[in-house]
Amino acid sequence: MQDTQDLKRIVIEPVTRVEGHGKVTILLDEQNRVKQARLHIVEFRGFERFIQGRPYWEAPVLVQRLCGICPVSHHLAAAKAMDMIVGVDTLTPTAEKMRRLMHYGQIFQSHALHFFHLASPDLLFGFDADVAIRNVIGVAAKHKDLAVQGVMMRKFGQEIIKATAGKKIHGTGAIPGGINKNLTIEERDSFLKDIDQMREWSRGAVKIAKDYTVENLEAIAPFGSFDSNHLSLIREDGAMDLYHGNLRAIDAQGNKIFDQVECTQYLDYIAEEVRDWSYMKFPFIKSIGPENGWYRVGPLARVNACDFIDTPEAEAARKEFMAVTDGKPNNLTMAYHWARMIEVLHSIEKMHELLEDADLQGTDLVVKGERRPEGIGLLEAPRGTLFHHYRVDENDQVTMANLIVSTTSNNEPMNRAVTKVAMDHISGKPEISEGLLNHIEVAIRAYDPCLSCATHALGKMPLVVRLVDAEGNEVAKKST
Amino acid sequence: MSENTITFEIDGVEVQGAPGQTIMQAADAAGIYIPRLCAFEGLPPHGSCRICTVKVNGRFQSSCTQPVAEGIIVENDTEEILEFRRNLVDMLFVEGNHFCMFCEKSGNCELQALAYRLGITAPKYPFMFPANRTVDASHKDIFIDHNRCILCARCIRASRDLDGKNVFQFVGRGPEKHIAVNARARLVDTEVDVTDKAVEVCPVGAILRKHVGYAIPVGKRKYDHAPIGSDIEAQKH
Repeated sequence: MQDTQDLKRIVIEPVTRVEGHGKVTILLDEQNRVKQARLHIVEFRGFERFIQGRPYWEAPVLVQRLCGICPVSHHLAAAKAMDMIVGVDTLTPTAEKMRRLMHYGQIFQSHALHFFHLASPDLLFGFDADVAIRNVIGVAAKHKDLAVQGVMMRKFGQEIIKATAGKKIHGTGAIPGGINKNLTIEERDSFLKDIDQMREWSRGAVKIAKDYTVENLEAIAPFGSFDSNHLSLIREDGAMDLYHGNLRAIDAQGNKIFDQVECTQYLDYIAEEVRDWSYMKFPFIKSIGPENGWYRVGPLARVNACDFIDTPEAEAARKEFMAVTDGKPNNLTMAYHWARMIEVLHSIEKMHELLEDADLQGTDLVVKGERRPEGIGLLEAPRGTLFHHYRVDENDQVTMANLIVSTTSNNEPMNRAVTKVAMDHISGKPEISEGLLNHIEVAIRAYDPCLSCATHALGKMPLVVRLVDAEGNEVAKKST
Repeated sequence: MSENTITFEIDGVEVQGAPGQTIMQAADAAGIYIPRLCAFEGLPPHGSCRICTVKVNGRFQSSCTQPVAEGIIVENDTEEILEFRRNLVDMLFVEGNHFCMFCEKSGNCELQALAYRLGITAPKYPFMFPANRTVDASHKDIFIDHNRCILCARCIRASRDLDGKNVFQFVGRGPEKHIAVNARARLVDTEVDVTDKAVEVCPVGAILRKHVGYAIPVGKRKYDHAPIGSDIEAQKH
């Protein structure tokens, strides 16, 4: 490790909270050249520990408290693991489809929130636009239609979650072996009346993201970008499947590193490295090793890794997306936004399909089986592949929990993006403006980690930046 | 008016009871809800939680144990008594480890429902986070989570008086007081059965049937739509 004692240090703290309290440190030499840039997640979350001793059926409800943004992901991943614990391999059609509806509702609302309220200020006004307008209030003032669409799309997804999980946040719908309710005709009809509008807005969102990417391709192509591996769940026929599938990893050129790996085998393919400066681990593909085996997850990885999308409009959008890189994986950090909106379109198409399926009104909700000691549940959360792994003893108490959350998988990529942006935009600059700092946030935000928090949506991302000289004296301090 | 009728007053309303009835029983019959936790229909009164405290002719009494008497003036729904009850419920919350957000009893829990009814949004006393509370999951159908026990003794009375088994009893004193089973250590070594009344009467999530969890969806739980006590108030003539 290089000697960093004599370097100047910029600290961005907190980047935000959620999933972990984050900060960015940038080390500069005498000429303000960037020597090192890191995103640290410095908060310790104890869920893997304090689920221990609890009865297994509590896991889907307890562990989802990790997060208030996409708790449905943890709820469903834990429920899938608990299906295995109670010896159930196949749910009833009603249970499977209710859970899928819940999941697509969540993807829809989470992506809509991110795109319209968290990311759009950067895309609409520019990375270094006046901070007074570069926020959701600014979007509402200048692009009222988009702000309203964001709110209404999020509401639609949240209502779907409420109808399937019982509550908009932290529901109880998915239980080991099934679901605790079906969808009433009244609930179904209340969604179907809005579905065409939601589809229309989703198409519009894809167009905004696509136009932004294509029109600014020259500028954003190098922005925080780098080649990487990509990991995603894939259906057996190669289709994108956000709720269930097998693992596929591809390299930056699209070559398969592994494919159709059963979820239960994940430990044979994925390992995690601990580094002493972050509480967040660094997962990597075992066969390649920690140096080069890191990978990206989330919308970009999923659109890159799948062979096709099984809904027509999203598939057409995917083809347009892949055409930009001649069918090869797209490795641009800023392309996450476009991929994310393709998933929004896919989710509303899937919800439309499901809502017209009479199985949702079925009454056969739960299957029982023979108890097993171990359960593994994976799914594609809005931010990427989510792993839940539990062991349960003969008294029905959890003895071990291992979670690999999406933001953890994107840890190394986000660090790379931060480093790249710091090198390209901050290195050598005599003055570090708020706009320059926002470039770093824009790169982090593209991954939609839990770090792009609600406070940012109000234009008050709580950033404090201190410029400290080699003796530790504060040279400058800025807060947004 | 028969000589077997006792007439008295609760909050200015004339109520009639019968000899041998408690104030709570007479109030229930008249459709007046007096909040309670340890009292349970069919079990002998215990008088320990003190939530059902009322004022009888100006003196505090537990209405689950105090017999009706001719002409008494009972105060139940007054701000003074409500505040007293809030404090008691509040103390029960902070004394244990009650995490409603993931407790499977949420929505069906009498302690939680009472807190909602009394307008408690968050405890005002500091949490004690006791570290000495254990979980006994040894039985294949039943588990005890001592973190959530409020020492109401319903299980003790139900096991003794209704199930004829004496599975549960109190041991320890003061902060160490807790429910124990009549075996060397674990529930599995007792003769408790999942169909026992003792398992059914727990007002909180301390004694639960296993593998049930969250089978009742939000919206269909006991207290999702009407506050605790509404069933009694619906009896009002």
